[in-house]
Amino acid sequence: MAGTPAVAPLPYTRAQAFNVLGPKPEETLRTAYRWMIRARTLDARMLALQRQGRVGFYGAATGQEAVNVAAGLASRPEDWVLPGLREQLVALVRGHPLDRYVHHLFADAQDPALGRNMPCHPTAREVHYVSMSSVIGTQISHAVGVGRGMRNRREAAVALAFFGDGATSSNDFHAGLNLAAVGRLPVLFVCTNNQWAISVPVERQTAARTLAAKAAAYGLAGTRVDGTDLVACWAALSGALERLRRGGAPEMLEFLLYRMTAHSSSDDPTRYQPADWAARALAHDPLARLAQWMRREGLLDDAFQTEVQSEADEAVRAAIRAAEATPAPPEAALTEDVFARPASPIPGR
Amino acid sequence: MSELTLVQAVNRGLAEAMRADPDVLVLGEDVGVNGGVFRATDGLLKEFGADRVLDTPLSETGIVGSAIGMALYGLKPVAEIQFLDFIYPAFDQIVSELAKMRYRSGGQYPCHVVVRAPYGGGIKGGLYHSQSTEAYFCHTAGLKVVVPSTPADAKGLLLSAIADEDPVIFLEPKRIYRSVTGEVPEGATRVPFGQARSVRSGTDVSLFAYGAMIPVVTEAATALEAEGISAEVLDLRTLVPLDEEAVLRSVGRTGRAVVVHEAARFCGFGAELSALLAEKAFYSLKAPIARVTGYDTPFPYALENVYLPSVERVVAAARETVRAS
Ligand SMILES: Cc1ncc(C[n+]2csc(CCOP(=O)(O)OP(=O)(O)O)c2C)c(N)n1
Repeated sequence: MAGTPAVAPLPYTRAQAFNVLGPKPEETLRTAYRWMIRARTLDARMLALQRQGRVGFYGAATGQEAVNVAAGLASRPEDWVLPGLREQLVALVRGHPLDRYVHHLFADAQDPALGRNMPCHPTAREVHYVSMSSVIGTQISHAVGVGRGMRNRREAAVALAFFGDGATSSNDFHAGLNLAAVGRLPVLFVCTNNQWAISVPVERQTAARTLAAKAAAYGLAGTRVDGTDLVACWAALSGALERLRRGGAPEMLEFLLYRMTAHSSSDDPTRYQPADWAARALAHDPLARLAQWMRREGLLDDAFQTEVQSEADEAVRAAIRAAEATPAPPEAALTEDVFARPASPIPGR
Repeated sequence: MSELTLVQAVNRGLAEAMRADPDVLVLGEDVGVNGGVFRATDGLLKEFGADRVLDTPLSETGIVGSAIGMALYGLKPVAEIQFLDFIYPAFDQIVSELAKMRYRSGGQYPCHVVVRAPYGGGIKGGLYHSQSTEAYFCHTAGLKVVVPSTPADAKGLLLSAIADEDPVIFLEPKRIYRSVTGEVPEGATRVPFGQARSVRSGTDVSLFAYGAMIPVVTEAATALEAEGISAEVLDLRTLVPLDEEAVLRSVGRTGRAVVVHEAARFCGFGAELSALLAEKAFYSLKAPIARVTGYDTPFPYALENVYLPSVERVVAAARETVRAS
């Protein structure tokens, strides 16, 4: 909460920030703030429901909202999102309805993927948000293929591949950056370095000085960005997207940020995180940093904050109510969609 | 009609599919300038250009992974893996992503991808240019697995694979890429999936095989005829989907079954066929089902002719089933 540990201030004057944020900076900031509050509210509520046994699993993205909101707002409808573990908010900002996402979290009959995945693995084709698997890194190569499609159809769009710091050690990180670079395809590699891969700290993930430095080995530009600074995230993402749309080479952005919750509802970080981690993370809470700065610049007051918070509470509450009133997917969902048409009768059915 | 080798028929199929549909493209190692190490993609770069014939870096996970992305976007990629033995860096992409994308997205993201790979022994390729590991792919729900044995089927099944909305693993019997020739229809004559081909009919024993084992098994049937044993040969052509009806009908007639594949025996495709017959043709069987397969060893270099099912081994197994009853 504002006030409690010291929050690292955002280093901008109002004019500097407005310069970066494009034509309607105040509206952009308010929209970003609104989404960050919604996401924070959803994370907190769902973690509580998970503990009560009302949803099976939850993976929060608390601390990563600035990147997600900036990516959602700076990308265009024709761009594609190939998500890693924690980009569900990008789908929502791009227009996937919150209630549909909550149906997915409850794996009910209204889940667009019929309850086939664990929670936090949504698919939202209407906003070009590709289905995520739990397998770390595989989506990085997929983004290259999407970029190839854009190139072949002469579409000025970008494929955004999201992945964590752990994924930079995966086969597909290497394969994906290499293939995109060789083909000079419109792919933006977005690394959310929350400094942990479950219990493994980023210093034990790589001996490279930064993750962004790895891009150089593929002949690409790699830039490290403060991923808890909404304005910096916006500037980095919109700049890179613009360059790529104009035919620029692929790039990698490394967003340095702080995982503010456990890896997932199945994890106990007290087993491995140092005692001062929570305080360092809180000092880099992207929502607190943005709120503090907006207040200072007269862009946020108690009335707006209350309005946004109660809107978020109500939206989340309504979505949960609807999901809890929805039955489980029909049994037929088990055997559909293995193939376009069943290749042969499925044994046991 | 023209007389083609099997690999020429593959080439013809690719070219015709690419001519007919601008979304079809091929990618893989050495497929462009070099035309593929077996020349399956010869001439395609010249005709279709570098945006549709992609020489990729040496990365199987990247080849299949990016093919998946192309399909998500709406293209119809045909990825070549230079040898089936080198598909394992892409195994994760195939099993975790390709096979499951339609299912896990609730049908929102089908995966219109063909993965072609030359497979099998008999070319003195040793451990890593010889294996026949179709069963890994058959075991994964969401993949179709196709193995042609004639030039006409190679083209016809490939055209079906490229037209199919679902992922297809297309295994090409490299041992008979050039040794088998045959008439291949011009134009888009597709061979449907799930329909076995009757190579010859017989009354005493059914020989089930696919791919490069078809010539071996056919020769065995001829040898058996000389001994007075009438053998039926069924070319399964597609392992997934399997033409169960044709298999069961055949054993219903002959009452005896020999399953032949060059893959290792343990948990090989023959195990599935044997289980099918035990479950659904038990009362037709007059003798135990026999399997003639590769051995449960890595694929050998010097002794590959010992490893691979031979005409003699097939004949002996068939004779045994006839003697048994
Ligand atoms: C290929 C693979 N190996 C292991 C796991 C188990 N696992 C799930 S998340 C995770 C850590 C991921 O770390 P990172 O990429 O940094 O993403 P973050 O969780 O920090 O967002 C691991 C090891 C997995 N899902 N996939």
